[in-house]
Amino acid sequence: MTRDVYQFRPLNLGRWLLWSAFAFVLLMAPHVFTSSLSLTMLSQMGTAIIVCLSYNMLLGQGGMLSFGHAVYSGLGAFAAIHTLNKVGAGEWAVPVSLIPIIGGLAGLLVASLLGAVTTKKSGNTFAMITLGVGELVWNMSLMLPEFFGGEGGISSNRVVGHPFMGITFGPQIQVYYLIAVYCFICTVLMFAFTQTPLGRMLNAVRDNPERVEFIGYDTQRVRYFAFMIAGFFAGVAGGLYAINFEIVTAEVVGAQRSGAYLLFTFLGGSLFFFGPIIGAVLLVLASVMLSELTKAWLLYLGLVFLFMVMFAPGGIASLLMMNVRVAAHGLLRRLLASYAALAVTGAAVVAVFAAMVEMVYHIKLNEALGPMMKFAGMELNTRSGQTWAVAVVALLVGVGLFELVRRRFARQWHQIQEEIEARLARVPVV
Amino acid sequence: MSTPETAGLALELRQLRKSFGKTEIIRGAELAVKAGERVALIGPNGAGKSTLFNLISGRMAPSSGEVLLHGEPIHGCTPYDINRRGLARSFQVSNLFPRLTVFENIRCGLLWSMGERYSFWRFLSRMDHVNARAEEVLDMIRLRRKRDVHVSQLTYAEQRALEVGVTIAGGGNVILLDEPTAGMSKSETANFVKLIREVTEGKTLLTVEHDMGVVFGLADRIAVLVYGEVIAFDTPENVRANERVKEAYLGSVLAQAQAAEAGV
Repeated sequence: MTRDVYQFRPLNLGRWLLWSAFAFVLLMAPHVFTSSLSLTMLSQMGTAIIVCLSYNMLLGQGGMLSFGHAVYSGLGAFAAIHTLNKVGAGEWAVPVSLIPIIGGLAGLLVASLLGAVTTKKSGNTFAMITLGVGELVWNMSLMLPEFFGGEGGISSNRVVGHPFMGITFGPQIQVYYLIAVYCFICTVLMFAFTQTPLGRMLNAVRDNPERVEFIGYDTQRVRYFAFMIAGFFAGVAGGLYAINFEIVTAEVVGAQRSGAYLLFTFLGGSLFFFGPIIGAVLLVLASVMLSELTKAWLLYLGLVFLFMVMFAPGGIASLLMMNVRVAAHGLLRRLLASYAALAVTGAAVVAVFAAMVEMVYHIKLNEALGPMMKFAGMELNTRSGQTWAVAVVALLVGVGLFELVRRRFARQWHQIQEEIEARLARVPVV
Repeated sequence: MSTPETAGLALELRQLRKSFGKTEIIRGAELAVKAGERVALIGPNGAGKSTLFNLISGRMAPSSGEVLLHGEPIHGCTPYDINRRGLARSFQVSNLFPRLTVFENIRCGLLWSMGERYSFWRFLSRMDHVNARAEEVLDMIRLRRKRDVHVSQLTYAEQRALEVGVTIAGGGNVILLDEPTAGMSKSETANFVKLIREVTEGKTLLTVEHDMGVVFGLADRIAVLVYGEVIAFDTPENVRANERVKEAYLGSVLAQAQAAEAGV
């Protein structure tokens, strides 16, 4: 009786626009950021986007907190680098452009073997088993230097086989576009997955596994299938990594890398499909640029993560979407002044705090260079009580001002949310 | 495997027992529900009604005894296996998917039964038969206005309706409802009984119920569970006249029943 509702399917213009914009950004990025460093970073971002999205299949969509996702991307990378070497030796004939798929199949295979164990349980048990499996594979990488290459890893040369239409994958720009194409296709496929019965039942399993059992589904199977698919995409990302760097070391399967995927997927926002894309971009920015900038980058990262978990558990994506909602109701203008004030006071607090951290690091690590340290164009004497006193006062004043601004903002925000709720409920605002 | 004695029976319990540690909660329960029949399961608090539901639906395995669905043994099967064989249940406390919309909840409830299983190569939006059926259920449980609302934003009564909707969506022909009207106001309850009648039309219904007005208005037969045993299973009139029931129930429930009768 309501069948006619579904016969009319308008073209979803918004969705087409978004995908076109995404493709356009991937296409144009190397023309906007032209330095060789940015090209390297863009290539890394492409692979990171695939791997973070695949991780979010587990975390955000399936409620599975995995501590071992690098196992699947890492083993995919090893499968790819060995394939590359076989092709180079003339033993196998696989076009370089298809090697990421070999990585994906390796990820799928490993996920189907290990997933059979890990997905038997959910929640805490699942998390702990993935941690154990991660350790297991990491230890195996030390025991099997033939496959994992020991300390030096396995290196290769991506310029092998016959060039296709002049594409040798020698220049980095060609590798970037290979990654961009894979990134786009994998993102489309992973989004499509969320719109299928298995994708939806994965959400149901996340929300309420018990009820799923009473509507005909085996929750273990749902988790297992999703786990394998996530393993496949992680493996593809690993394959691209191998082609990009031409060297794969055992650390790609390690716990630290798994931790980074978890951290940045969460930071980007696991509740929205596009959240991990933001996370992946930040992952590369942080690990390449922030680590260049300061020795204390892991400390800053840890603090950011801490504040995010405490105050914005939905990650950057949810902060963004909350403001999009306010903007959609035409109320964002009212918050602009508060946002500006928050930005100024926040930046001041961060700057002073960073100066203090850097001074501590300077004292601890660069003692031999004398007490003077450069920070943001200033000469700071790390041994002078005066510098520290000024810093502490500045920090206290900054935090105080920030808190004042934050309270004002919180009031405004609360009021705006109430107005929106009232509008949605079609109750006139008193 | 249907023998003459089980023919026509949708659900049968034979000498069903369940112990937790040393305490035996279900003590040789027997029940034979005919196909298409509406049965209300009543009994004082702690009689084991919810445990009995958990045993039938596979949430718990019985210590001994048999559960037969259309003559086939299902005791010891997993909940999803039992559900696939045509038995669906609701829960006393709403047990839904809070971060999905009302429509998505219903659709999840019927995906398996409509053969979509674990497919990840077809789009939900293209499954016309599934979507049409979900819309139909949405109308049946009168939640069309809330179609795209998240479950966490529904009122209590709406959640109860959706709970029943998700249960019956899958097309199971034996429906177990665990206190569907608990916590509802009188007018909500009256409407809800009508709704339950409609959505279980032609199906076998076993419902736990405390409201005697609902029991006498809905049930063809009443099963009385006391201390893990079915002490009476008969038409409402005969159950009311039954001496053992009166004895076991003296006080609360009987008084309620008489009050309900007087009120009608």
